[in-house]
Amino acid sequence: MSVRRSTVIFAWILLLPAVLYVTVIVAYPLVDTFILSFTDASLKKTTKWVGTANYDKIFNATFAEVIIRTFVWTAFSVAIKMIIGTFGAVMLNAAVPGRALFRVLTMPPWIVPMAIGIFMWGWMYNGQFGMISGMLQNWGLVDGPVAFLAHGSTAFWATIITDVWIGVPLVTLYMLASMQAIPQDLYEAAWTDGAGRFYRFRRITLPLLVPSMITMSMLSLIATFNSFDIIWILTQGGPNGDTTTMIIDTYRTAIGSKKYGEGAARAVLICIFLSIFCIAYFRVTHRLASGESR
Amino acid sequence: MSPPAMINRYRWYELVGIYAGIFVFLTFILSPFVEGFLVSLKPLGLLFSSPYRFWPENGSFDAYRSMWVSVPGFARYIFNSFLISTIVTAVVLVLVVPSAYAFARFKFRGSGALLAAFLAVNMFSGAVLLIPLFRLMRSFGVLNTYFAMIVPGVAFLIPSGIWLLRTYMMRIPRELDEAAFVDGASHFYTLRRVILPIAMPGITVVAITTFIGSYAQQFIFALTFNSKTEYMPLPIGLYAYFGRQEVIWNELMAASFVGIAPAVILIFLMQRYLVAGLTAGAVKQ
Repeated sequence: MSVRRSTVIFAWILLLPAVLYVTVIVAYPLVDTFILSFTDASLKKTTKWVGTANYDKIFNATFAEVIIRTFVWTAFSVAIKMIIGTFGAVMLNAAVPGRALFRVLTMPPWIVPMAIGIFMWGWMYNGQFGMISGMLQNWGLVDGPVAFLAHGSTAFWATIITDVWIGVPLVTLYMLASMQAIPQDLYEAAWTDGAGRFYRFRRITLPLLVPSMITMSMLSLIATFNSFDIIWILTQGGPNGDTTTMIIDTYRTAIGSKKYGEGAARAVLICIFLSIFCIAYFRVTHRLASGESR
Repeated sequence: MSPPAMINRYRWYELVGIYAGIFVFLTFILSPFVEGFLVSLKPLGLLFSSPYRFWPENGSFDAYRSMWVSVPGFARYIFNSFLISTIVTAVVLVLVVPSAYAFARFKFRGSGALLAAFLAVNMFSGAVLLIPLFRLMRSFGVLNTYFAMIVPGVAFLIPSGIWLLRTYMMRIPRELDEAAFVDGASHFYTLRRVILPIAMPGITVVAITTFIGSYAQQFIFALTFNSKTEYMPLPIGLYAYFGRQEVIWNELMAASFVGIAPAVILIFLMQRYLVAGLTAGAVKQ
C-alpha cells in the first residue's frame, strides 16, 4: 500500500466519528424534516401522505406577513449589531489605560446563559415597575407607564434591542481582532507622512475593515434569522403575533399545536432561506479571500 | 522618540472622547446586570411600588438566602448544568480533536467540501430541526433524560470546535510531523506524542468555548425534550421562581447571579487564553 493511500485512510479514520455523529443528529433530521413536510404527521399513530397540502396551507396572507416581519426584524437587528459592535471595537482598540479590563467587560451578555440576560431585560421592560419605563417617567419623558412588551410596535423593538445586546460582544471582539491584524507599519508610514489620527482611521482602518464587516454581517444574519430564545422568553411571539418570526411560528405549530407535518413545511422554508444566506456567505468570503491574494 | 510610542499618544480631548465612547458602550452592555443586581437586593415590596427607584433603599442580601428556601431544588439545577456541559465538552473534544487534525494536515478528494458541510451545520439552529430531533430522541428512548439535552447539544458545538482547532493546528510546523514520520513513527503515534502536546493550548480554548456554549445555550433542547424537574438545567430551572400570581423577581435575580458565578469565575481566570484563541480562529477566515 502506498504511503499516500494509507494517509488518506488515516484521515478518514480520524474524521469518521464526527462525520457519523453529525450525519445522525443533523443530516438525518434535515432529510426527515423534508419528508415530514409532505405528511400529516401529528400525535396520531398513523400518518399519511398529503402531497403539497401543508405548503398550500401556509401560503396565505398571514404567513406572508410572518416572512416579511422576520426579514425586517433580522435586518434591523443585524444592522444595529454591526453599528454598535464596530463602534465598541473602535473605542476598545484605542491604546488607553484600562482597555484590557474594558474588553473583558464587553463579554458578559454573550457568555452568561441567554435565558438569564433575557429575564433581566424582561424585568427592565416591565411597564408598572420596570427600569426603562420608570426612568422615562422620572425624567418626565412619558406621562404614564409604558408596558413595552404589551404593545406590538414597542414589543417588536424591545425584542430587537435584546437580540442586539446578546449579539454585540461577538461583533466587537471579531472587529477588534480584525483591527489588530492590520499591519502596524501602515499607520507608522502614514504617521511619518504627517497624517492625523482621524485621517489614518478613515483612510487605513475603515477600508481594511470592510471585508471583515461583510463577513461578520453575514454570520450575524444567519444567527439572527435563527433567533428563538429571546422572542420566546420575552413575548412568545405576541402580542397578537406582532413578534412572531418564522422560527417562533414553526415552534408554535410543531411543538405547541403538535402539527408536525405543517411545522416541518415551515422548517423547510426556513432551511431554504438559510441555504441561500449560506451560499452567499461562502461566495462572498471566497471572493474576499481571492481578492486579497491577488 | 520612536514612532510606535508617539503614534499612540492622545491629546486630552481625544482621551475624553474615547472614554466617553467606552462609557456609553459599556453602559449598554452592563446596565441589565447592574439593574439585575440591584433588583436582587431590593425587598419585593419596594420592587412592586411606584414611582420607580433605582437605588435599593434598605436593601439587603436576604434574597440570596431565601432563594434556596423557595426553590429547594436550585442547587440541583446548577449541578445539572455543570454535568451536562462537562459531558458535552468531553464528547465534543473526542470528536473534534482527530477531525481538526485531519482537516489541518491532509488534503484528499472531498476534504474541502466536507469541511464546508461541517461549517454549514452552524447555520441551522436546533429550533429548525426540532421536530425530527424530537422524534429521534423518542425513538432512542432518551426523552426526559440527560441524554436528550446532551446528544443534540454536542452536534451543534462540533463545527466551531473543528474550525477553531484546525486554525490552531495549521500553525504547528509541518516539519514536526514529517520528522517523526521519517523516524518511523506511525500516524497515530505522531498525533498522540507530537501534535497533541503542542496543540494543548488550542484544545484548552476549544474546551472552554464549548463549555461556555453549552452552559449558555442549553435552552431549547431542555425546554422541549425534558419535562422532569430533577434533570432541568439552570435556565429552565429558573422558571421555578415564576409563581402563579407573580414572579419573585428579587430571588430570580439572586439565583441568576449565583448560577452564573461559576461561569464568570472561569472566564476571568481564562480570559487571556479566551480572547487570544477566539480571535485566532475568527480572523483567519
